[in-house]
Amino acid sequence: MGKTVIPFGPQHPVLPEPVHLKLVMEDEVIVEAIPAIGYVHRGLEKLTETKEFTQNVYIVERICGICSVMHAQAYCQGIENLMNIQVPDRARYLRVIWAELHRIHSHLLWLGLLADAFGFESLFMQIWRNREKVMDIMEETAGGRVIISVNTVGGTRRDMTPEALRKVIAVSEEIKEDMMKLEKVFMADYTVKHRLVGVGVLDKNTAYEFGAVGPMARGSGISQDFRTTGYAAYGELDFEPVIEKDGDCYARTLVRLREIYQSVDLINQAIGKIPEGEISVPVKGFPNGEVISRVEQPRGEVLYYLKGNGTKNLDRLRVRTPTFANIPTLLKMLPGSQLADVPVLILTIDPCISCTER
Amino acid sequence: MFDMIGSIFKNLGSKPATRMYPFEKREPFKNIRGQISGIDINQCIFCGICSRKCPSDALAVNKAEKSWEIDQYKCIICGLCIEACPKKCIIMDDQYKTAAYEKEKSKFIQQSAPQAEKPKQE
Repeated sequence: MGKTVIPFGPQHPVLPEPVHLKLVMEDEVIVEAIPAIGYVHRGLEKLTETKEFTQNVYIVERICGICSVMHAQAYCQGIENLMNIQVPDRARYLRVIWAELHRIHSHLLWLGLLADAFGFESLFMQIWRNREKVMDIMEETAGGRVIISVNTVGGTRRDMTPEALRKVIAVSEEIKEDMMKLEKVFMADYTVKHRLVGVGVLDKNTAYEFGAVGPMARGSGISQDFRTTGYAAYGELDFEPVIEKDGDCYARTLVRLREIYQSVDLINQAIGKIPEGEISVPVKGFPNGEVISRVEQPRGEVLYYLKGNGTKNLDRLRVRTPTFANIPTLLKMLPGSQLADVPVLILTIDPCISCTER
Repeated sequence: MFDMIGSIFKNLGSKPATRMYPFEKREPFKNIRGQISGIDINQCIFCGICSRKCPSDALAVNKAEKSWEIDQYKCIICGLCIEACPKKCIIMDDQYKTAAYEKEKSKFIQQSAPQAEKPKQE
């Protein structure tokens, strides 16, 4: 049978960001997928070499809007390791709280986009209405909706008052309740199940071989969550990685749904244990040497390589983002699946192309 | 299959979740970063710390001219200049910058009878 090549993207209604895939088709079935990225390259890694290491926090935050807190956190933790800075305890807890709020907002955004991808518009709107509560609480506590700029080398820039902390708990509980109601739609709805169950199955070994990270790996039964290594204040909190065994789109959706509840739980624990005290320490001197810093983002593990040379500028900053690690698994899942399932399959890796290309 | 029905009926009876935006504005939260609207130029000592700290090179301070200039279309509203300012005279507004037809810079010059100059065309 003759083969057809269908270009998918970079502009496509289902794609929030530009990724291009050449889909080699036989009838309605995909035989091969050839990816092409490079549509939103902005040269941020090079830009960081011209700025001071304290200013770079604001550049790395802009690598990705949806996980900006974690980018800044990874960068700051790397520099703090290089310069042997002991971050105050309160700042470590505040970083956890803001990071988990960010994870909730990212997962809610993704669940909405998924509902949109299989054409369930009202579910999409319901989820994004809930997401607005997180955005509001972030604006109230940090001063910005998405790029909240709270991390700095040596701690955090803002503190939360006891009233703000109580409000964070109240709002996150409210989101949890709302999501409990909407969870039934994802778990039990016939249409949703029809589009997700058994689609894009990635078994445990393949996921491991192809280096899947984050919810992709956890949806395939790999217990891998970088937060368990206990960076920031995660070591003092009690949690287990969320795991589903099936490895299909449905399992990955469930992982992300349950991670929202996990984040709410982590926020509650962190607020319960947060100590009083300073939020940042003054930074003296310049970073010298090399370091690798890793943080768990909503999409998986991000890796920062930082090289300082004893001056105010860094020699090199290199980022490996979770989407970059997950693209091989996508290319593994696509062959053999139907053209109609492609949007859902691309979405389940939670692509963040502006991260990947920087 | 009917899990969505409950929320559909609930939404029918409740108020809209959105606002009629240009007519009905939300009360801004306290201490949010809206835009850097200007500077209290009489207090400024033209040390230039803000322009050196700025990650996006949006600020230009001229000691000889006694002027302070901000390019609000370069500004990323991180608030570093406000933290760095020794006199705390840079003003953060809680309203966002709205869209404009032309990119223009705001220049403030200290004079014997101090006044803020009108935004200058580039």
